[in-house]
Amino acid sequence: MEMLSGADMVVRALQEEGVEYIFGYPGGSVLHIYDALFKQDKVSHILVRHEQAATHAADGYARATGKPGVVMVTSGPGATNAITGLATAFMDSIPMIVLSGQVRSDWIGDDAFQETDMIGVSRPVVKHSFMVRDPKDIPEIFKKAFYIATTGRPGPVLIDIPKDHTAPNKTFPYEYPKKVKLRSYAPVTRGHSGQIRKAVEELLKAKRPVIYSGGGVVQGEASEALTKLARKLNFPVTNTLMGLGAYPGTDRQFLGMLGMHGTYEANMAMHSADVILAAGARLDDRVTNNTKKFCPGAKLIHIDIDPASISKNVAAHIPIVGPVQQVLDEMLSMLDEQDNEPDHKALERWWQEIDGWREFHGLRYETNESGPMKPQQVVEALYKATEGKAYVTSDVGQHQMFAAQFYKFDSPRQWINSGGLGTMGFGLPAAMGVQFAFPDAVVACVTGEGSIQMNIQELSTCLQYGLPVKIININNQALGMVRQWQDMQYGGRHSQSYMESLPDFVKLAESYGHVGIKVEKFEDLEGAMNEAFALKDRLVFMDIYVDPTEHVYPMHIADGAMRDMWLSKTERT
Amino acid sequence: MRRIISILMENEPGALSRVVALFSQRGYNIETLTVAPTEDPTLSRLTMTTTGDEYKIEQITKHLNKLIEVVKLVDLTEGAHIEREIMLMKIKATGAQRAEVKRTVDIFRGQIVDVTATVYTVQLTGTTDKLEAFINAIGETQVLEVVRSGVSGIARGEKVLSL
Repeated sequence: MEMLSGADMVVRALQEEGVEYIFGYPGGSVLHIYDALFKQDKVSHILVRHEQAATHAADGYARATGKPGVVMVTSGPGATNAITGLATAFMDSIPMIVLSGQVRSDWIGDDAFQETDMIGVSRPVVKHSFMVRDPKDIPEIFKKAFYIATTGRPGPVLIDIPKDHTAPNKTFPYEYPKKVKLRSYAPVTRGHSGQIRKAVEELLKAKRPVIYSGGGVVQGEASEALTKLARKLNFPVTNTLMGLGAYPGTDRQFLGMLGMHGTYEANMAMHSADVILAAGARLDDRVTNNTKKFCPGAKLIHIDIDPASISKNVAAHIPIVGPVQQVLDEMLSMLDEQDNEPDHKALERWWQEIDGWREFHGLRYETNESGPMKPQQVVEALYKATEGKAYVTSDVGQHQMFAAQFYKFDSPRQWINSGGLGTMGFGLPAAMGVQFAFPDAVVACVTGEGSIQMNIQELSTCLQYGLPVKIININNQALGMVRQWQDMQYGGRHSQSYMESLPDFVKLAESYGHVGIKVEKFEDLEGAMNEAFALKDRLVFMDIYVDPTEHVYPMHIADGAMRDMWLSKTERT
Repeated sequence: MRRIISILMENEPGALSRVVALFSQRGYNIETLTVAPTEDPTLSRLTMTTTGDEYKIEQITKHLNKLIEVVKLVDLTEGAHIEREIMLMKIKATGAQRAEVKRTVDIFRGQIVDVTATVYTVQLTGTTDKLEAFINAIGETQVLEVVRSGVSGIARGEKVLSL
């Protein structure tokens, strides 16, 4: 049998798993592995400027491709810097492998230099973790780690490797396992047919149905099945923040996003529905508002790969545990086999009602020709300049909600944001990961002057690897979402929510070797966008000044029902 | 409602900490916890008692099942079952109290396993209720030290928790 050192085994295992990129940052505990990486060229290492960015870049890569993102960090601070990225991936069920170095095994527990109990620190934010206790176990651990990260409900898996177990002078027999043996882990591969049939019967009877789909449809590659089902039944579809793109955003049957900043029509339809088909969505608090008042007349059919997501926040009438794609496909074939038709008459009335809601609000916002630009206008201009075809990553805050509302995503994996954890600083490194996955694609990072400064150092990484990301900095000179809440709930007291001493972002971009464009007037916006996107091989930082007083609407009224919303600063339902 | 959850899990380092951490992460209570390897040394059997309504218990069992190291799990309280806890207790036993304590131990079918001039060490096995009844019968002022194992349980009849 082939004899390899622990470090060589790590690199070989990554090759066996078909890893193209590993995002990381070297340090003492992982130097043996870095040396092994140096001697091969199948796995490319991407050097970031901060470990948090490595995790978000791997995460962006994973969200765009569906393949697991891979990260390597050293022990201690390198490892703890990766925690936010692990938590971000965990909340959004993103497949990721993080390799963290650890101090020599005989030093563990001695408070050695750069020692952190990474297994302990990461425990609540990983799907699973492994500590390498014997170098011989490395192949099996890697096989299991990739399997666990990518199957069932995906998630991040951590592998902690003490330095002595990768020493180059000690070799061990190496064979990469072909199969995984895990007696305690068997993700469901099929939904229960009886439950699926019950659900189909309910769908056919429905008079006011809504399909509410989430990130699971994107992750589970079920977008095509969902679209077929919705079209066949002529049902309205709403997507969660994580689910955008799973159903074409420009389609007539699409109601937009639902939830806290969902559209009026999506939230009204949900509240008035008699049957809700929740597919790969977890009824989280940003969607439901007060769960006691949630959709009072609705029967809930809930499809999820994770049984723990079903009836966690809202009790399901028809729970279906299974891969969402398989379940939707089975629904489709059941509909076909009996030539079943939905209640067309009732649906016609339902669509009339929905169209009325659409006309009433439809994401309207006020513009002021002589006043400052509106953030919504920026997203609309971005949509136009990229013909709706860009990969859009975002940071967290108002700009994220505006992007979700106003960019109409027609394809899954096109919209990449931190939904569950809400991680500021996610957007730029995530865009890097997407650009690595698709070097020729147009990648835009919609951000704000608050979020971008949380990982701004990655401009340097972008220069090193020539990543032509377009940064759309919607600059309202304030932590906009915090400020909005302070306006609405704290009597307008803007405690620590505005940004003094903002840098000159144009000069900053230039000093990192990129192009900076400042836009202050709406009439310059379209031209500047076109100029930026014409620079195909350069990173362009667009610093766009917008109205600092703008709020995101609609907005759920706290503790109300789905239908309880602020529609503007003065109107409410 | 009180529940006894019995778990078969991989006998590996870190497995127990995942189970325990899950309870604190998600705000569930653990009242008792006992764990030891089984006849198959690769498996540990963990028994815990917890309280919660049906909804909470359902969430607990679902989340426990999600842990990669948890192989099988059963809520013993869902069916007929046997539960036992073992208690070791030091009791003040001087003068007239010596006979009285001895009588109470006999009534509860306990055993005196160690004796000094002033102290009895008593071993008692039974359900949690029985152990508590014994402590009450002895009276708090007489009790010097109590060690309880936590609940162990097994289903009645032919039902078996194994691979």
